[in-house]
Amino acid sequence: MSVNTLDATSEVKNIKRRRRVLVAKLGLDGHDRGAKVVARALRDAGFEVIYLGVHQAPEDVVEAAIEEDVGVVGVSILSGSHMELVSDLLKLMKEKGLNVPVIVGGIIPPDDAKELKKMGVFEVLGPGTPLRKVVEVYEKALEVNN
Amino acid sequence: MTDLEKIRERMKEWSKEVLEPVLKKFPERKAKFLTEEGFEVRRVYTPLDTEGAGWEYLEKLGFPGDYPFTRGVYPTMYRGRPWTIRQYAGFGSAEDTNARYRYLLSIGQTGLSMAFDLPTQLGLDPDHKLAWYEVGKVGVSMPSVKEMDLVFNGIPMDKVSTSMTINATAIEVLSMYVAVAESRGIDKSILRGTVQNDILKEYIARNNYIYPPQPSMRYATDLIIYAAQNMPKWNSISISGYHFEEAGATPAMEIAFTLADAIEYVKHVLERGVMDVDKFAPRLSFFFAARTNLFEQVAKFRAARRMWAKIMKERFGAKSRRSMMLRFHTQTAGVLLTAQQPLVNLIRTTIQALAAVLGGTQSLHVNSYDEALSLPTEESVKLSVRVQQVLLYESGVVDTVDPLGGAYYIEWLTDQIEEKAWKIIDEIEKLGGMVRAIEVGYPQREIAKAAYEWQLKVEKGEIPFIGINMFVEEEEPKIKVLKVDPKVRERVVSRLRKLREERDPIKVRDALDKVRRVAEGEGNLFPPILEAVKVKATLGEISGVLRDVWGEWRAPEVY
Repeated sequence: MSVNTLDATSEVKNIKRRRRVLVAKLGLDGHDRGAKVVARALRDAGFEVIYLGVHQAPEDVVEAAIEEDVGVVGVSILSGSHMELVSDLLKLMKEKGLNVPVIVGGIIPPDDAKELKKMGVFEVLGPGTPLRKVVEVYEKALEVNN
Repeated sequence: MTDLEKIRERMKEWSKEVLEPVLKKFPERKAKFLTEEGFEVRRVYTPLDTEGAGWEYLEKLGFPGDYPFTRGVYPTMYRGRPWTIRQYAGFGSAEDTNARYRYLLSIGQTGLSMAFDLPTQLGLDPDHKLAWYEVGKVGVSMPSVKEMDLVFNGIPMDKVSTSMTINATAIEVLSMYVAVAESRGIDKSILRGTVQNDILKEYIARNNYIYPPQPSMRYATDLIIYAAQNMPKWNSISISGYHFEEAGATPAMEIAFTLADAIEYVKHVLERGVMDVDKFAPRLSFFFAARTNLFEQVAKFRAARRMWAKIMKERFGAKSRRSMMLRFHTQTAGVLLTAQQPLVNLIRTTIQALAAVLGGTQSLHVNSYDEALSLPTEESVKLSVRVQQVLLYESGVVDTVDPLGGAYYIEWLTDQIEEKAWKIIDEIEKLGGMVRAIEVGYPQREIAKAAYEWQLKVEKGEIPFIGINMFVEEEEPKIKVLKVDPKVRERVVSRLRKLREERDPIKVRDALDKVRRVAEGEGNLFPPILEAVKVKATLGEISGVLRDVWGEWRAPEVY
């Protein structure tokens, strides 16, 4: 697994709240443009971003999230397997006692987005979401978590 | 006074007498007009921008079907043969995909384009743990020759041309196609189609790789050589810029990275010392994106054609015209589809398709308006085919070859893009070629940077995007979305288990051993893989052997 830990600014260290988040491509899907842009935007907004990259199984994500002690888990899926993959991810997080908000991005039909939120996903961010909004949602997720 | 001097004189007068008074009263909307590449567009173009820059018709354009092919690869272009209407399709089980192909052919599609699911693209059988959720999602599941037979049930493989988006497992999947054709008494030498087989762009942008770059290049080269010797009508590779554009590349980056990949493939085949460049180069094909920025896209296609002709002639010493022809498939840009106000996508894709046609494409896929939300429905895909038919039959843009050729703006843009793309290729050459450049993350980094910059420009409103940063509507889109039947995987897996029970295990073992020996040694992998497929070894088993011998690639993550 390749993990990049990037401190955006020295200010980060002064912030007491955990501003560390994880971004990963869940499943076998390789479309990583969105995940990379989001990772970069969060970094530029002062978050510490653990970017896991492509081909991550739910187990990989949970393991990294615990190890890196992140405050939010962001996963991106464009292959249509979001319902099953996210359901597994949430189940596994519960089993491992990992209680942090999950944000889902990708090609998610509107009905599925509603369903995902019912399952406990903090927010679903589809194509066309402004980065400002992305950053806001991650901020809000961190607040909820703290 | 020469003609150019006369034009220059008159332009000065025009500027003073006509232009300036108007500008005083009605200033232009922006201080600068920029293309997506960042070229500053002049107010009006004249012969001063082309001939004035030492421009020569015969050197820069020539005639269609002749060097340097700027105007097109065939002398009559669409007057003779229309582009192939080829919608990328495939989902669910073999039966679902067969039904979609028959539907597409029934509404006037002229070639097939197969989409495979992620397990197939990554060499995993559908009952593999990592594969389970992805079976049949973004394409058809293809674990064995049996599934290929079902997909082509009732479709004449000797007549239709079939394109396959398959890379890391290209030999396995093409072998299944060949095996099914042969079982129907069709010789592989008459099969027409294309296999993507472009592994380099997987490392750069698409991410469906399995093995490390070096053995992967050997695998791709084996396929190119085998096809050149046995399948003269088959395009052995589709060197792709589409995925670079989708990942964020600018137009010049898109063609530069693609041509740099192409140079690498040609070098690898020549290094094997088994065939002359003119034996395999005519079957190298290309794949680009078409964005909405119409003229720059047309210029991009024309520049790519001229550059490839030059590379083949001057660098590789090709003698055959066919080796110098850049033949390409186009897909409209998926990243320019919006989930917001989705019907607007129909208008965008029409302009994008027009760019591809004015740019001289050989085949075309038009994205469906609902694809920012899900796989396309029959209804939406029909409109994609109809867009192509309106362009072909109603618009008249096909009546003459390269209708924009000679337009001062287009020729100026073509030159600008070409110049910028050569600079990028030089950069890659300095790094030691594309395989090295990928290993150090150069194209990946450039693309990620461009993607982020683009996004920031959209957010600042510097790049107008209807429904995203202007004319925004709050309402949620209400459209019908296609859902893949979750029972698909049970069906595919139970068929796979049956196949494993019924086949001859000794033959399978021997065939897989043969694949292993060749992978460890130096021969061509195509014949033993074809043999393995015929005795019903599965995709996952064959790929598993290669994984064992070559290992797996873990990419450096650059963002």
